[in-house]
Amino acid sequence: MSTSESEVKVIVERCEALYHDVDLQAVVDWKARTGRAAIGFLPIYVPREIIDAAGMLPVGMRGGGDQIEIIRGDAYFQSYICQIPRSTIELGLTGRLDALDGVLFPSICDVIRNLSGMWQLLFPEKYARYLDVPQNFDSAVGGVFYRRELEGLRDDLEKLGGRPIDADALRASIVRYNANRQALERLMTLRREAPWTAPADESYLVIRAGDLLPVDEHTQLIDDYVAAAQRAHAEGARPMRDRTPVVISGAFCEQPPLPLIRTLERAGCYVVWDDMTLGARWLTADVSTEGDPLLALSEAFLHHSTPTASVYEPGAHKGQPLCDQVRRCGAEGVIFAAPSFCDPALLDQPMLQRALDRAGIPWTAFKYAENLGQFQVIREQAGTFADSIRLWSEQGTEQASEQRSERRHEQGKALESSRGNGERPGATSEQGSDHA
Amino acid sequence: MSDSSDTEKAVAAHAGSGKDDSMEKQKAMTADHFRALTRAREEGKKVVYTFVPGNLTELMHAFDVLPVYPEINALQSAMRQRSAQFIGEAERSGHSEDVCTYVKCDLGMIKNGNIGPTGEKLPPPDLLLLSYTGCFTFMKWFELLRQEYDCPVVMLHTPYQSEGRVTDNMRQYMVDQLRNEVIPAFERLTGKTYDEDRLRECLRKSARAEDDMVAVLESAKHRPSPIDAYFGGVYYIGPMFTAFRGTDAAVDYYSTLRREIDARVAQGLGPITPEGEMGPERYRLVVEGPPNWTSFREFWRMFAEEGAVVVASSYTKVGGVYDLGFRHDPEHPLETLADYCLGCYTNRSLPQRIDLLEQYMNDYSADGLLINSVKSCNSFSAGQLLILRQIEARTGLAGGFIETDLVDPRYFSAANVKNRIESYLQMIDQKRQQRRQSLGGSGGSPPPPGSTPLFSPGAEGQP
Repeated sequence: MSTSESEVKVIVERCEALYHDVDLQAVVDWKARTGRAAIGFLPIYVPREIIDAAGMLPVGMRGGGDQIEIIRGDAYFQSYICQIPRSTIELGLTGRLDALDGVLFPSICDVIRNLSGMWQLLFPEKYARYLDVPQNFDSAVGGVFYRRELEGLRDDLEKLGGRPIDADALRASIVRYNANRQALERLMTLRREAPWTAPADESYLVIRAGDLLPVDEHTQLIDDYVAAAQRAHAEGARPMRDRTPVVISGAFCEQPPLPLIRTLERAGCYVVWDDMTLGARWLTADVSTEGDPLLALSEAFLHHSTPTASVYEPGAHKGQPLCDQVRRCGAEGVIFAAPSFCDPALLDQPMLQRALDRAGIPWTAFKYAENLGQFQVIREQAGTFADSIRLWSEQGTEQASEQRSERRHEQGKALESSRGNGERPGATSEQGSDHA
Repeated sequence: MSDSSDTEKAVAAHAGSGKDDSMEKQKAMTADHFRALTRAREEGKKVVYTFVPGNLTELMHAFDVLPVYPEINALQSAMRQRSAQFIGEAERSGHSEDVCTYVKCDLGMIKNGNIGPTGEKLPPPDLLLLSYTGCFTFMKWFELLRQEYDCPVVMLHTPYQSEGRVTDNMRQYMVDQLRNEVIPAFERLTGKTYDEDRLRECLRKSARAEDDMVAVLESAKHRPSPIDAYFGGVYYIGPMFTAFRGTDAAVDYYSTLRREIDARVAQGLGPITPEGEMGPERYRLVVEGPPNWTSFREFWRMFAEEGAVVVASSYTKVGGVYDLGFRHDPEHPLETLADYCLGCYTNRSLPQRIDLLEQYMNDYSADGLLINSVKSCNSFSAGQLLILRQIEARTGLAGGFIETDLVDPRYFSAANVKNRIESYLQMIDQKRQQRRQSLGGSGGSPPPPGSTPLFSPGAEGQP
């Protein structure tokens, strides 16, 4: 194993340990070191900048995955409700979330919304807030409302932390999170352009590490990973394989288990974009560091959010952003992977599929639960899907396959060249277009 | 308020025809509305599709447009036994078996010609008014309908009462949306200018009808209850929650209904069921959750045959929790529309919902809380098992839980539901027995708040 490959391995192992840290030991340790509070948040998006500016640690809560047995949580939910609320309750009732001084419940769906009320009743000693985001995107209407909601959150955290959160502190946090988003974009660019260099499972773990790490530490970790992975590729590890580049859609809240993500790539796909861990990449542009920071966060949400099922689509272009995403990242198909009983994802799916059909983009769909343990059927489905594109679809002609390989080869060379010039791979026009 | 001659007339009307005046009136109102819908095009009327919770009926009347409520289409399809076919078609066209069956039923109905309950085709919408109150699925529903119709959509986002109260920020946000988005959309649609005086007049009529409707629902505090506030309740709320709030017809309907119910109270009568007068009242229940529509009568019969009457229900509050005092206020027209939307039952936090149910248990002297948990509606269902625990702990009364669906007959297992209801009623009997024993017969301390007064003269049919 090359030195760089060993470096990658060390980073990924650290991230995997954080992934398995359902007891939040990392948060316990951080609190012991700093003496400060930690605030959990459910998927998808919360403005972590405000928590950070309060001197608190934002902690991403993503349920229990496939790592805990649900005993008490099942007693609170009917069989037709998704898995993440029951595992979240289980984690709470078994004391695994005791390190959290509060929890934010962003507006995703009715289940997470009602979970906020359950939390108020089950854990009355802890701070709990439902964060309503506007579905009206006019700055003078939804923006005014959302800014005041953010003001309320700031006031709450001031009380909880016992210290004021001034505008300078907020701006400093915005700068830190802008840097984090830029690092994430560099990682996403690498996945897009040379997915063999940053496999989906590793990228996922690296991004998810941000759920438990302070933001600066996470930014550094992403950059370390990207640099080590690129070096490893240059040293001959991580060779390019003939796989089908795909986008995963629908996994923005309850997360697929890690083995499922590995299964997809082993089945012959390269996942070049996904909406897992979407909250970390929610904003597609830097948040302004000028003027009123709460207004800047509000404006960023209104005008630079990634379209997803939990947010109203005001135009008649449903599905177009997904088609654009597919084209932007050179994917040749979409895998709809949604949690069972996920209303937003599953209600969205037929509309997205219709848009893909119109655009001639192939897709396949399956459902999962975060604690799924059998992957054979999904492996066969994903494998057949990838093969059908590679071998038999219009894009899958021999000529197209050669073109695909050539393109990737060129992309790989371009990445190596940019690294040689000391440029960050994320500093590309593509990132610029996202920001636009 | 009704006078004695009105009361006598109402009783006589009921005894003579078997159908109350109010029923006939509601039937005529509904028929007129659907007739107006079918003539909408030729008469140049605009049609607006919107939802029941947080609807803006008064504003729609002020602009002289005709509302259509897709949830009502879905439940009527279920009552006509068409929903299975419609849902099946939607699922075959790619809609998940996991999601709301109201949505799928509506989509299937559209694919089958959009035929309304009168057998005539419903007109397509000229506007989709997406009043997003208390249910996330509404948002997706109209995104889906937008793909079926070439018409504009206007969104009215109602923030959730997560802290158990309406804040100034929420109210102002709603008013801003009404002023900047919704009213201009209506003006563009109709070519008419917003007439606030006309809106005030509608709101004034709404408040009058709301007073009477609350009196009807609260009549269930009597023993025996003259109404069933769940199965019967869905008929009583019909005009208020749909196209008729703010009209003279609704004012007339509710005053007539109130007179009839007052008459039943005066006569000591219990509720009317589809099978006629209900027998002696043996159980008084509060019910949480929507009813099942595919087997509505059968479901109701399971209660009525056991002498179980629903004295209060949360479902009859999805279109407004009027019994907590809210009335549309003509003096503050836009603010009152905002408060109305914000206050609907499923827009209330879980702790608020539990408080309300506990209040019903006490105020209506209920024997227990029964939850009908429907698969389709996470807005209602997520958290209901905690609601059950909390109510049991707070009142000491028996809680029951059954699972069905709104309009998907695959999720209504009659034998299973009947078994559960019977078992639940037996639990109530056991609780009564235990309480009687703990009281040592007729002596002892008074029963705890919220429990049924076991030996009250009105408690007919007590074991």
